[in-house]
Amino acid sequence: MTSPAPVLRPVGNARAGAAPRWSRWRREVGATLTKAAEVLATPLVPADYLDVFAPLRKGADLRARVVAVEPETADAATLVLRPGADWAGHVPGQYIRLGVDVDGVRQWRAYSLTHGPRADGCISVTVKAVPDGVVSPYLVHRLKPGVLVHLEQAAGEFVLPEPGSPRHPARLLCITAGSGITPVIGMLRNLYPSTAAGVVRTARGATYDITVVHLAPSEPDTIFARDLRALADAGVIRLVSRYDDVHGIFDVAQLSDLVPDLAERTTLACGPGGLLDALTDHHAAAGLPLSTEQFRPTTIVPGEGGTVRFSAGGADTTVETDGARSLLDAGEDAGVLMPSGCRMGVCFGCVVPLRSGAVRDLRNGALTTAVPGETGPDGVPIQTCISAAAGACEIAIP
Amino acid sequence: MTVITKQPANPIAHLTPEDIEAIGHELDAIRQEVLDTRGERDAAYIRKVVDVQRKLELGSRAVLLGSAFAPAWILGTVGLSIAKILENMEIGHNVMHGQWDWMRDPKIHSTTWEWDNASTAEGWKHSHNEVHHTYTNIVGKDNDLGYGIMRVDEDQRWYPMHLGQPLWNFINACFFEYGIAAYDLELGRNLRTPKDKRSPEFTRRARATLKKIRKQATKDYVAHPLLSLPTGSFLPTLAANFTANLVRNLWSHSVIMCGHFPEGVETFEKAAIPERETRGEWYLRQMLGSANISGSKFMHIMTGNLSHQIEHHLFPDLPSNRYAEVAPKVKALFDKYDLNYHEAPLPQQVYSAWHKVVRLSLPNGWLATTNRKNLPSQLKMLYAMATKGPRVRRAAQARLEQQARRLTAEQNSAQAA
Ligand SMILES: Cc1cc2nc3c(=O)[nH]c(=O)nc-3n(C[C@H](O)[C@H](O)[C@H](O)COP(=O)(O)OP(=O)(O)OC[C@H]3O[C@@H](n4cnc5c(N)ncnc54)[C@H](O)[C@@H]3O)c2cc1C
Ligand code: FES
Repeated sequence: MTSPAPVLRPVGNARAGAAPRWSRWRREVGATLTKAAEVLATPLVPADYLDVFAPLRKGADLRARVVAVEPETADAATLVLRPGADWAGHVPGQYIRLGVDVDGVRQWRAYSLTHGPRADGCISVTVKAVPDGVVSPYLVHRLKPGVLVHLEQAAGEFVLPEPGSPRHPARLLCITAGSGITPVIGMLRNLYPSTAAGVVRTARGATYDITVVHLAPSEPDTIFARDLRALADAGVIRLVSRYDDVHGIFDVAQLSDLVPDLAERTTLACGPGGLLDALTDHHAAAGLPLSTEQFRPTTIVPGEGGTVRFSAGGADTTVETDGARSLLDAGEDAGVLMPSGCRMGVCFGCVVPLRSGAVRDLRNGALTTAVPGETGPDGVPIQTCISAAAGACEIAIP
Repeated sequence: MTVITKQPANPIAHLTPEDIEAIGHELDAIRQEVLDTRGERDAAYIRKVVDVQRKLELGSRAVLLGSAFAPAWILGTVGLSIAKILENMEIGHNVMHGQWDWMRDPKIHSTTWEWDNASTAEGWKHSHNEVHHTYTNIVGKDNDLGYGIMRVDEDQRWYPMHLGQPLWNFINACFFEYGIAAYDLELGRNLRTPKDKRSPEFTRRARATLKKIRKQATKDYVAHPLLSLPTGSFLPTLAANFTANLVRNLWSHSVIMCGHFPEGVETFEKAAIPERETRGEWYLRQMLGSANISGSKFMHIMTGNLSHQIEHHLFPDLPSNRYAEVAPKVKALFDKYDLNYHEAPLPQQVYSAWHKVVRLSLPNGWLATTNRKNLPSQLKMLYAMATKGPRVRRAAQARLEQQARRLTAEQNSAQAA
């Protein structure tokens, strides 16, 4: 209901005591009004009514309105979103979690922001439709301007080293594959904004020396191919594009040929697990710094599943799942309100206690077990997005 | 109605166990069809209802700010009554059934919803979803059968206190939300238990209920009236809110009574329900133990689609907007297996349910054997039964039943002739 009282600085002796009292008074009035609104709205909360009229207001759950859906390639599109008043901004390279209702069901997925702070206050993400995907084809082909989507504040560590940090000014190598270009294009567009007159050189941009190695199946279905070429043509980045149909499948051993000054650069890489694993080994062997971002976990061949009981405040839901299905997906499919985040094992937004039974880590097969009475009263915390049932188990949903 | 196993013509005697299982499969198929097509359209429906309800409630409460002005009072009270009915029936009841959980919207979810009613969502979900929907119409197990305070079946012994049950039922209807809260708490049983022997769980839930009642009452009878104070509408607003609650209580009580109470709806004997009821047997009990209300689309929404009580009891967790769609298929199944699909307009069902309440408030056979001529003597006998102890009661009861039987036999032979 109320905004936090602004901090007023005392001006002169006479008013020295007045300012704190004034702000305390404002705080108290604010608290009283909030309380009154709650009494009037019970059993709902005031927000339930305000949301009907002003879903993007200050203090509301974070949401955004779709402003435009702009096609990039045949199966990718950029979504321009106007976020609610509480949007706190982002650093290029970070991602947001987007909650959309697909066929009436709320689905959350992470998408990298593909730009720096925009003059119009909007934010944008670029989505590649994954065949058989639940959310991405919806976003690319069916989402319409005007729809309200749910949003979380930007998160993620995959960002450029800041001016002032030991690694700056930085000589960087960005290796991106397919839609893995999205966080990197966000960084590049922020450093080297492009206008009708062409790419703008900024003082900050001049402090970076960036080589981009971009990998894709073929040129026509490469998102941001034009943007990358424009940046390269303007001379602000060095671009190495490798298309599978022209150059054959990329092998990390080729890297030193493609990027002769590889040893002097810090590598940022975003792409599929196989590529990132190969790069990790390659860079570790060469003693080179590497920072990575992955869109989905690399999973192992699963074992047997089991019966999972989700207990949420007295209401139990029991489902049979196979050993390949994450507990997050299994719970959501059964209508349980599961906490979630990146859905790939990095943010820990999905952690809940395992009360009893065993679960298997889908990335490496490691088993986690909880034995009531032995493993502590609160159970064992597990990440549901990368865990599958390994026999019967019980999970508490807060 | 006598429990089904004691009726002269058992309405399910013609069904073989295979038939019953086949019914189960057919109903499962109907259910699956809805699950397979559940989606955007359904989500849009419930969001629309919630949206309309909130706007209607806010609008009505705004109009009531000036309720000292009579037309504003009427308009606001009608609007608020409808808003409260929508909230309890089409939204609250159905959301708490988990009908919309598949949407995974934390704001429309059975684990987060709290409704505009004296009873807590937690208590309601237990007594209604778990007990009533599982033990539907089993005498002695389903508290909805008379809420533990009424005689709802011929097989329950008649006591003089039952004479008062039309009155109890009416009072319960007026204050239905408190009645629900009390029976969610099993208040009667718990109050009879000595204080130190009551479970801590009961104490906790009783506290939660009292807190909820206090908040509900503060909202309707203090806070909103205070907002109307500047226009001198404190009392009119209070009266409007009271009226809206009363209307909502009477309405929901009527709808719920129509669901299981009308004459001809079957009840079941605890002992006759197998230990492990098959899915087909469970379905069959739901089919026979419920009654529908026919009417317009608006009427269906206002009853929270409990007008499709049969479909609701078969598929309590399917979205309510789908009941009307599956009803023809369910009805066809009733016809196919020669079962009675109990359906009638609201006034008829309400009358029928009340008729049963009155009939059962009197000893078995009394109403049937009474006519204008013998009324004084019948009343005298009733008075004796009510005041003269068990022996007199038993003797009079036996006589009444004998007379009633003879009467039926005479009517039957007259008909045959
Ligand atoms: C930090 C982070 C940032 C991300 N940023 C972006 C972004 O900027 N743009 C973007 O398009 N996506 C991005 N993603 C991926 C995105 O969150 C979804 O995973 C993706 O859109 C697929 O979702 P879906 O619902 O369509 O597919 P799902 O229904 O979740 O998956 C369906 C099937 O497709 C497979 N699958 C999932 N992802 C891929 C893939 N990338 N390629 C091939 N098969 C796949 C799954 O294993 C599954 O078998 C990001 C993910 C993370 C964790
Ligand atoms: S959702 Fe991020 S770790 Fe599981």
